Amino acid sequence: MQTTFTLGTVDWAIIAIYFVFVLGIGWALRRHMKDASAFLEAGRSLPAWVTGLAFISANLGALEVIGMAASGAKYGMMTVHFYWIGAIPAMIFLAIFMMPFYYGSKARSVPEYLKLRFDEKTRGFNAFAFAIMTVFASGISMYALALLAQVILPLNIDWNFLGVHIGEFDFYLFISAMIVLVYMVLGGLTSAIYNEVLQFFLIVIGFLPLVIIGLTDIGGMEGLKANLSEEMMHSWKFAGSADANPMGVTWFGIIMGLGFVLSFGYWCTNFLVVQRAMAAGSMKAARKTPLIGAIPKMLLPALVILPGMIAMALTNIGALELPLKEGTMTTDFDKVIPVLLMKYMPVGVLGLGLTALMASFMSGMAGNVSAFNTVFTYDIYQSYIRPNQADKHYLKVGQWTTVVGVLASILTAYLARSFNNVMDFLQLIFAFVNAPLFAAFLLGMFWKRTTGHAAFWGLISGTTSAAIHHGLTLPAGGEVGIKGGYFAVLQTYPSEMAQNFWTAIYAFSAALLITFLITIVTKRTKTDEDLKGLVYSLTPRIQDESEHWYQRPVVMAVIVGIMALVLSIIFW
Amino acid sequence: MGLDIKIPIGLMFSIFGIILTILGLVTNGDAEMYAKSLGHNVNLWSGLFMIAFGAFMLLTSTLVKKKKEE
Repeated sequence: MQTTFTLGTVDWAIIAIYFVFVLGIGWALRRHMKDASAFLEAGRSLPAWVTGLAFISANLGALEVIGMAASGAKYGMMTVHFYWIGAIPAMIFLAIFMMPFYYGSKARSVPEYLKLRFDEKTRGFNAFAFAIMTVFASGISMYALALLAQVILPLNIDWNFLGVHIGEFDFYLFISAMIVLVYMVLGGLTSAIYNEVLQFFLIVIGFLPLVIIGLTDIGGMEGLKANLSEEMMHSWKFAGSADANPMGVTWFGIIMGLGFVLSFGYWCTNFLVVQRAMAAGSMKAARKTPLIGAIPKMLLPALVILPGMIAMALTNIGALELPLKEGTMTTDFDKVIPVLLMKYMPVGVLGLGLTALMASFMSGMAGNVSAFNTVFTYDIYQSYIRPNQADKHYLKVGQWTTVVGVLASILTAYLARSFNNVMDFLQLIFAFVNAPLFAAFLLGMFWKRTTGHAAFWGLISGTTSAAIHHGLTLPAGGEVGIKGGYFAVLQTYPSEMAQNFWTAIYAFSAALLITFLITIVTKRTKTDEDLKGLVYSLTPRIQDESEHWYQRPVVMAVIVGIMALVLSIIFW
Repeated sequence: MGLDIKIPIGLMFSIFGIILTILGLVTNGDAEMYAKSLGHNVNLWSGLFMIAFGAFMLLTSTLVKKKKEE
């Protein structure tokens, strides 16, 4: 089985032209980076379709594209839960209920909203956790890019630089880091967002021929159905019991764990995506951002999950052989997309497909770096290190933070390479920190009495209960340790995913309960006047009767919701 | 924010489109090359699609709008 690509001149030309455009966008924007707001908030001036596409594209990094194709191959149609129930309701909620607070409060970041609504310690906790998390996420993205590139595009690099050996991994890591660094320092958040839009179109146009040819080869949806087991072809039908479906989860875990806690926690409170909507030019555009993003979001499974299912069907009929993980006997599902590109794409479109893949890796890094910049500069540097400086000072700091962020990501990439477990461990900690976040927002936004102490301790106890729950449970077949069970094994879940869903549910419930209880016993520190524009009942409703009926956010939300429902019914 | 993103998107996809269309025309009928894609000249139709998309982006960008206003 061939595992490396043979590229033609045309393929290399396409990759090179893409890099010229990426850097060119940064270069063209550099003149407009006159103040900190232009650099870190894109001057709040972008049209809704741009922020809307960036909104989903920022999430469509390498790990997502590779991971969702792998999940499509392993679990089949059930993977769509991550795109429909696990994204659309939360995106609608963000647009209709939360954007008015985020955008209207003039907070420049999610941690800053927490400071306005609650207090300093809640902001600090969120800002530090988020800053560390984004650096690691960007580092993992770089690591994944370098790892894949060295396998599929070997250049036989074996250099010696001042006694340090430089191989392909190092080469690809540094090249990609430097490109991201240059366009981010030049054009800031706008550069990141523009490149995410470019990446979105590249993914669609680059992967479409692959999916069309692959689907034709297997004989269309009918052929897919004939060559995959029935559980692989349904999203809900087998969710009645965990034993009946390949994911080992139930409908309750899917709806409450993924669809509610994890999804709302991610799409409504993660600054990486919320930042895109906050960069929009008006309140109207900010509210439309998640709704415009929702439409391509619900269609993306055709481009990222379907290839995985096609690969599995082809494997079942012996037409394809997926490679094994190096040094093991387990199938390496992460190679689904590269293997299909090799199988179906001749010179020319092959370069296009690879460019799409690279674009998604790089914007995965850049998205995290841009969010890190803003949170570090405003919520850490300006709040705790040097407040009250001139705007130009914070612009400089923002630019230097980009350099620091990229360098830190490179270190993380090497860390990921050396200690696989360290990465698992960190991701686990972040999952614990993230799960209860939405509870604080929900109570804070809809109950004006909620106090800062309550929110802070709610978050801490939510994180603690996530750790306790994880420490008391294990997924089937898992060993005590990083997979859980380090206190005792009280319960065994059918799969790791089911364990994750339930960890999130417990964390959220604990945070909600503790925040509620502490609110009752503590005094309010913020008056109604302080909370104007931050809490639902104290904020004037936005009137959008003046708009065309189809442009009103509520109408758009209903349409998006119905579309997702119809898709779920078709592929139930 | 100064630069209309439709311009670089339009330019890049137009260039990609022209390259792949030419490649598709030159290699049209090359059974060996297109055996991979089940005999379809994917370069040609991807190329034409990208030219159309690139042109649409450029025609709706500020590049053209500004000219009209003058």
